[in-house]
Amino acid sequence: MDFSNFQAPGMYPYHASSSSKQAEKSYVDHPIMGPHNSSFTLMPEAPSKHTKYPYVTGTSVLGVKYKDGVLLASDTAASYGSTVRYKSVQRLKAVGKTTALGASGEISDFQAINELLDQLITNDYMWDDGNNLGPVEIHNYLNRLMYGRRNKFDPLWNSLVLGGVKNGQQYLGVVTMIGVHYVDDHVATGFGNHLARPIFRDEWRADMTHEEAVALLEKCMLVLFYRDRSAINKFQIANVTEAGVHISEPYALQTNWSYKAFENPTAGAVGSW
Amino acid sequence: MSMVFAPRMAEAAPSSHAGASWSPYDNNGGTCVAIAGADYCVIAADTRMSTGFSILTRDYSKIHQITEKCVLASSGFQADVRSLQKNLDARHQIYQHQHNKQMSCPAMAQLLSNTLYYKRFFPYYAFNVLGGLDNEGKGCVYTYDAVGSYERSGYSSQGSGQTLIMPVLDNQLKSASPLVLPPRESSTPLTENEAVDLIKDTFASAAERDIYTGDGVEIVIINKDGIRRETMPLKRD
Repeated sequence: MDFSNFQAPGMYPYHASSSSKQAEKSYVDHPIMGPHNSSFTLMPEAPSKHTKYPYVTGTSVLGVKYKDGVLLASDTAASYGSTVRYKSVQRLKAVGKTTALGASGEISDFQAINELLDQLITNDYMWDDGNNLGPVEIHNYLNRLMYGRRNKFDPLWNSLVLGGVKNGQQYLGVVTMIGVHYVDDHVATGFGNHLARPIFRDEWRADMTHEEAVALLEKCMLVLFYRDRSAINKFQIANVTEAGVHISEPYALQTNWSYKAFENPTAGAVGSW
Repeated sequence: MSMVFAPRMAEAAPSSHAGASWSPYDNNGGTCVAIAGADYCVIAADTRMSTGFSILTRDYSKIHQITEKCVLASSGFQADVRSLQKNLDARHQIYQHQHNKQMSCPAMAQLLSNTLYYKRFFPYYAFNVLGGLDNEGKGCVYTYDAVGSYERSGYSSQGSGQTLIMPVLDNQLKSASPLVLPPRESSTPLTENEAVDLIKDTFASAAERDIYTGDGVEIVIINKDGIRRETMPLKRD
């Protein structure tokens, strides 16, 4: 089903083909430039305000709970289609004192979300009563934000991973661009759900130490680097504990390209061609 | 109609968006079953949440308790389901403030229908089974489509595994046609324990063939003593 011309009840007719002539006219006759000459125009139709596809995107984000907190991992690449356009974009963010947020998908939407969250945290801080939002509240806020935007047919094009610790309780959740949300002991977005989560299911334990959990994430980030073309070998890990949020400097891992399966990739897959 | 609800992968493949059109809907799968007896109601749902061929989480509860005697099980699009649950909770909160009592299950059934139909032209993609005890203390099951058509029955199944489960329930529990006059009792003749066992069997069977059903079943039993919850693991493949 193609939803490009669908209008939810109460939606403003920005781009729909059924939109009234009035909406078109207000654009066509510019208040300063005067009557619009339709034979000479750089923009053939009224600008659409709705995101129909992403431009600059980040790939997978991984998250795991461990003994003393939660870890998130993502690389620092931002791709323009299949081009790895930016290589030092931070996709992890501290939200308040107890929460870290990681984003895959449209980078500009993530930056817009960051501004909203900063406002939220600042407004809360201004009460000066020591109250602050924990990961549960932030997760709920982000869910309402994402679902509200999908209801307006103007989605924020991200899958968000959110980790935090509050009152001795670890919390790890996901929100997608249409508002689907859930919590789990380990999560991953995009390719990570295919490549990293099976490894998590085999190797993750609730009583992992910080070192063990970092090693598990690094193993998965390497697998993603080998198999996901838009992943790069430069990434960051966010560590959330009762003490607060710490996001590491970007770093790289030792790679090995001499695996037998890499040298002769079709050996184990005899096909018809 | 079915075209409108065509499920689609919510997340486009990384960095390949050519021709991809966005959809506000996803189908996160799942199966719900409810059986009503003379003085009990059993409501069950699996705990898997999927998108496309991927499992998002293996432990997501699709069962939501609205009142002490009324429980809702829903599958479909998780974001819509959660929104619907919160909507009903809010409406029930208002009802309690206005009437100083909890809403009856038949009243909640009508409210759910109205709530679904209110969004007739941008529907909640949610497939609901509402179960509980009515004002006489008899078990009741209400079954819905996404836009609010509903019916009281003795048993029902909704969601991705309904086509596998419903014929088995028909075979084991077949009740009198609702057209028969005078109207017959719609609740099933099973005992509570027999109903729970039947539900466990139907889920074990559905999990064999439906990829969107699995991981675990959550079973909620409502009777005159109150409400009780059981779980049973299912195949995780």
